[in-house]
Amino acid sequence: MKQKLLAAPYLVWMAVFVIVPLIMVAYFAFFDSDGNFTLQYVADVAQYSNIFVRSVWLAALATVICLVLSYPLAYILAKMDTKVQSTMLMIVILPMWMNFLLRTYAWMTLLGNEGIINTLLGYIGLGPFKMLNTQGAVVLGMVYDYIPYMILPLYTVMTKIDKSVLEAANDLGCNSFKTLIKVVLPLSLPGIMSGITMVFVPAISTFIISRMLGGGSNLLIGDLIEMQFLGNSYNPNLGASISLVLMVIILLIMTLMNQFDVDDDRVLM
Amino acid sequence: MKKLSKLYVGLILAFLYLPILVLIIFSFNTSKSRSVFSGFTLEWYEKLFHNELIMTSLGNTLIVAVVASLIATVLGTVACIGISRMRKAPKAVIMQVTNIPIMNPEIVTGVSLMLLFVFFAARMHLEFGFVTLIIAHITFDVPYVVLNVMPKFRQMDANLYEAAQDLGCGPVRAFFKVVFPEIMPGVISGFLMAFTFSLDDFIVSYFTSGSTAQTLPITIYAMTRRKVSPEINALSTIIFVVVVVILIVKNMIERRAEKKGAV
Repeated sequence: MKQKLLAAPYLVWMAVFVIVPLIMVAYFAFFDSDGNFTLQYVADVAQYSNIFVRSVWLAALATVICLVLSYPLAYILAKMDTKVQSTMLMIVILPMWMNFLLRTYAWMTLLGNEGIINTLLGYIGLGPFKMLNTQGAVVLGMVYDYIPYMILPLYTVMTKIDKSVLEAANDLGCNSFKTLIKVVLPLSLPGIMSGITMVFVPAISTFIISRMLGGGSNLLIGDLIEMQFLGNSYNPNLGASISLVLMVIILLIMTLMNQFDVDDDRVLM
Repeated sequence: MKKLSKLYVGLILAFLYLPILVLIIFSFNTSKSRSVFSGFTLEWYEKLFHNELIMTSLGNTLIVAVVASLIATVLGTVACIGISRMRKAPKAVIMQVTNIPIMNPEIVTGVSLMLLFVFFAARMHLEFGFVTLIIAHITFDVPYVVLNVMPKFRQMDANLYEAAQDLGCGPVRAFFKVVFPEIMPGVISGFLMAFTFSLDDFIVSYFTSGSTAQTLPITIYAMTRRKVSPEINALSTIIFVVVVVILIVKNMIERRAEKKGAV
């Protein structure tokens, strides 16, 4: 009994600094400054529906691109010689340790009208193309910043796949493509799921990438929230209701994906 | 097929590293241009080291990261002792709560803490600054400590602790002699994870720091808002080199440990 009490300080901490703040977000979303219940703020969120649609779309696009780029890479890495493997993984993950502001800034200087890409294109008589301050640049920034979060879980799950299972598939007449589709893909599903959440959640809630690479015209949900709390239009009630809607969207998408995950487990069994 | 996969890995690596490489090259550029290299200079490095704002915010970052990750490590490790003695149901609930700061978007963690601090600031003597910053960092650090230490308790034989007590150790001595060495790897990796997350954090700090205690990422953000500042390139280069050195050293230590383990 006495030892269980050792968890008390942690529980109090999490209650005060995790649970209570989230309750406050909900309170600010549903009660005005006089303490009266109102649905006005939540209703106000509807006028920003185009920003919500854009955020979901761009984040989903970035997540899919990350998955498509990472899957073959993780597969190749997992099949490498074990001695080279850890070094290669370290090289792939290394950029993740640079602060993401600096990595995003790097693309800012690359994509600008006087940036190195447009200058090089200019030498062969092309451009300059408007690349910075476009939606494409925002998606590129999301892919670049968050792709390690996709590579890591995919790689981990693929190294755990028993080699003899692959050999068995081969012996039973699967070619390597069929083995990939019928054996590797289902077995790596948990990695795909955690990769998708680890990329999608920060991508849909970012305000840095949209601000640095998207200019002022490609606002995302994150920008909207930031503006209500630290921007010119200080309105914590609206900010809280937008945050609440964001959490609900993420929760819905994750529940949806878990559903899919469970179903597939059943198929495997 | 082999060639194709090598080419693929090469292309991905180029995508990952070219932007950083360009930053590094242009950190030595005499002109402020981002596309034409006009000559070698160390001017931006010199300016960087004489930039007081950057140096103070670097100091702030280190203070916050050290204090927050140490407190989080103690808080989390002690909590794990308690949690490991609990029954399944309360344990599951606590682990669910532990996951909230990890699963929640950082911006929501940031603004929710900001709302709490604004509430306290209006009613008590609380100002935005080091205190709010450290509280916020502990809050997103401590789940990582718990998630790193808990598995060690699960792997450990619970009878060991009782055996030590039967053999005459007091509870505290039994803990430090028997339990602590077992969970040590988890505590260390939890601490390191918390420390790096603290060093690197921008979003939560941005909402909870106020204007007095700026950390390095916040200063970097302010610098990127200006049009051209080659000092950022110099700073990126230094951070990149530090990261490379740390990872190489870490890799070497791990390999040596593996070799020892093999013998």
